[in-house]
Amino acid sequence: MDKRFDLRHFPGFRSVTFFCLFLLYAPLVIVMIYSFNDSPSITNWDGLSLRWYIDVFYGVEAPKYKAAAFNSLTIAVCAAVASTTIAVAAATAMHRAGSFRGRSISFGLINLPLMVPEIVTAVATLIFFSAVGFKTGYLSILIAHIVFCIPFAYLPIAARIQAVDSQYEQAALDLYASRFEAFRLVLLPLILPGIFSGFLLAFIISLDDFIITNFVKGAGVETLPTAIFGAVKLGIKPNLMAISTLLLLVSILFVTLSYLVGKTGEKYHARPK
Amino acid sequence: MRKILLSSLVATSLSLGASTASAEGNLSIYHWFDYIPQELLDKFSEETGVTVTMDTYDSNEAMLASLKAGKLGSYDVAVPGDYMVQVMVNEGLLDTFESSELSNFDNIEAQWMDVSFDPGRQSSIPYQYGTTGFMVDTAAYDGDINSLSLVFDPPEELSGQINVLDSQGELLALASMYLDIPQCTTDRDQLKQLNSMLKEAKTHWASFGSDTAKEVLVSGEAKVGMIYNGFGLRARDERASLQYAFPKEGYVLWMDNVVLLKDAPNRENALKFMDFLLEPENAAAITDFANYIAGVEGAMALASDAVKQAPELNPPAGQPGQFIETCEQSVQEIYDRIWVELKK
Amino acid sequence: MAAGPSNAPPSKSSVYHGLGTRLMLPSWIVIGIFLVIPVGIMFVYSFLTKEFRGGVIWEFSLASYDQFFLYRGLFGDEPPTIEWTYLSIFWRSIWQAALATFLCLVIGFPTAWFIATRAGRQRSFWLFLVTIPYWVNLLIRTISMKFLIRESGPLNEFLLMLGVISEPLQILNTHLAVQLGLFYSYLPFMVLPIYASVERYNYALSEAAADLYATRWSTLRYVILPTVKPGIIAGCILVFVPSLGAFLAPDLLGGAKTFMIGSLIEEQFKGSAGNWPFGAAASMILLSMVLVVLTFYARAQTKAEAR
Repeated sequence: MDKRFDLRHFPGFRSVTFFCLFLLYAPLVIVMIYSFNDSPSITNWDGLSLRWYIDVFYGVEAPKYKAAAFNSLTIAVCAAVASTTIAVAAATAMHRAGSFRGRSISFGLINLPLMVPEIVTAVATLIFFSAVGFKTGYLSILIAHIVFCIPFAYLPIAARIQAVDSQYEQAALDLYASRFEAFRLVLLPLILPGIFSGFLLAFIISLDDFIITNFVKGAGVETLPTAIFGAVKLGIKPNLMAISTLLLLVSILFVTLSYLVGKTGEKYHARPK
Repeated sequence: MRKILLSSLVATSLSLGASTASAEGNLSIYHWFDYIPQELLDKFSEETGVTVTMDTYDSNEAMLASLKAGKLGSYDVAVPGDYMVQVMVNEGLLDTFESSELSNFDNIEAQWMDVSFDPGRQSSIPYQYGTTGFMVDTAAYDGDINSLSLVFDPPEELSGQINVLDSQGELLALASMYLDIPQCTTDRDQLKQLNSMLKEAKTHWASFGSDTAKEVLVSGEAKVGMIYNGFGLRARDERASLQYAFPKEGYVLWMDNVVLLKDAPNRENALKFMDFLLEPENAAAITDFANYIAGVEGAMALASDAVKQAPELNPPAGQPGQFIETCEQSVQEIYDRIWVELKK
Repeated sequence: MAAGPSNAPPSKSSVYHGLGTRLMLPSWIVIGIFLVIPVGIMFVYSFLTKEFRGGVIWEFSLASYDQFFLYRGLFGDEPPTIEWTYLSIFWRSIWQAALATFLCLVIGFPTAWFIATRAGRQRSFWLFLVTIPYWVNLLIRTISMKFLIRESGPLNEFLLMLGVISEPLQILNTHLAVQLGLFYSYLPFMVLPIYASVERYNYALSEAAADLYATRWSTLRYVILPTVKPGIIAGCILVFVPSLGAFLAPDLLGGAKTFMIGSLIEEQFKGSAGNWPFGAAASMILLSMVLVVLTFYARAQTKAEAR
């Protein structure tokens, strides 16, 4: 039994992980440092200053950024929740429901949003929306996001379901659980890490989208990417760095919260290995 | 989850509610990214009571694509470049107005009244105009900079340190000027010459980049970089050794225009807005913000000194730039082919 | 619980037999209405005549596919030969995406494994750690990356200071920079699916292998990798396919000197070419290529599950 700890460990994996995190965070350090730059340029350093944070909160464009951040975050959460729900159902169908009509094309269909180049989806969706008289606005962005988030949520969940043997649910059925109970009480907890992964991917994909959003949004509805994208042409101003740093802070806040919640949750509920 | 969905519905209705009309109605602008100061929009709202919403695009063609894909009818005004005005007129995407409908119509500078892309200004008014040329880092090169050869046939020490705009129209127009052939030429030998010259020139270029045109110059990554003159002004602010060239072979002149869109939901307010932009004081505010010149009488006098005296905005006398011509379809197809072969 | 053969391929996996259609319905409806119909429109567009400077004329035409596959000279009047221009653009993009996928896998797998072997509640912390950078917009991340690796950037200055190099490294505008950018854009798409699989890995299998005198690395190769294959494949799809159409990293870090599939198609809708039918046709060709590969994969998987 004591061998097990050994078997979990591969020499070098830890260093690769730290190297990987270093690569991920190195550019962000640049972002953070330059958000405190006094100069309006991101290439020259003029000394420490909080002026860009003040600009973000009280500048003339503050209402725009606030609304954009609100839209971005709510759309990302809603799109991630909706697409993860759809993806869980789809993954269950694909790997737990035996054969049914349309199963073989379903895999392609679910991954279709990945395969169509974004600009094509963008133009085509706009043509479709205007053909059926769907007014572009918040809702049209949300729908488009749900669509392209589905494969990002689906693939991790499906991978997870495949790793969980169906005998656990069979056992539950043998003990007179209904199929819904077998799903809710047995399968769902077992595939939670997959759902969590899928949700996170859907969330960041939605948060980052520019091309499709820019086409299907209505006048006056901005998301963060559409609000900041053009500013880059003038050279990124440090206020964008400040916004990014603030977003990082918000995300770190979430992580800390989830860590604390997880900590209390763990006491009640031993996690199946 | 239900809670989240509910709150999203609330958010939706809120954001829909926010856009509903004030007493004086709305104005819906389709504009370039970061090309008008927010203060000016606020001032317009204050003066007229009109609620302004603005949507943005990042290229003339992106705007055209989205209008044609179905957004026509949701905006009142847009701000296309010169050649795009003509395209939009031909496509029937623009509404016309009478000069009498704008009380400030006469503020338009005489030279911009009878422009080739909208003779007599029936659908458009000038917004800002500028030039496209290139900048050279004079710390790295001390020769004469006013020649397109620095981009297309550079001396040894500049080779491999050149950034060009990732824009077919501007690059091919400048290349034609360098070769001294007419834009949109139909002469096959000239087109072949253009094609081979560009392929040769590309071996000297480090990158194609429009979004980073200013940044690569400021960081010193590129010693020669194609750029719009207004960005050039800002680049020089950050790196004093940069100098904007007015090549003797010619350079590109362009003008952005405010146009009245067809099926504008608020035509009245659109005209009010155009009138507002023709006030010298307001035009000067845009000039200070964007660092280009408004084609409005008296606006330049009100602009800040930094802009007024900027070498980038003051070309030498007797050496005007040229507008990019809109080629006919058969020539444009050859241009497209040259462009693809250049970047394949 | 630990002893079950939980990593064996699921046997006859039909706990919810007969519910397949109903469970699939939401995705069919959402994707069917909001993607299949729009893509159908584009499919039709690819067979229409282009309208000059954007848009389509409703006349049947094969011009777009002709343009893609046949070369007729600069002026379009030579006898047709095979057009390599677009095929080579496709090939280059595929090659680049494959390389990026490999890079993500090599670094992503150990990372996912490391995370999955942390104690229970630490895992979500580590997962968040991998995704936090993605709260910052891709464009800003890419530009910061550019800032970092340019000739006078911090990376070079640091290496020069250490004396590892004597000349600044020219990374920007090379393939390496593009790879770095793609890796940076898509890493979590590799890590998270693999994590979801690995987290379920039954170490009893490793124990059994060790009892049979397998080394650590042969256990990885012959026991672990096959059992977590679904996660690896999911990760590879999520990195490879979006990389194919990516243009931000190639443009900003690679110098945009050559077209990629993404920028080629983008140019047809947003650039001066304004050739919608050709953009649509190129997308359809890309789409059918990826679709063929994925369908083969799905078929193979179905067979494996039916065994």
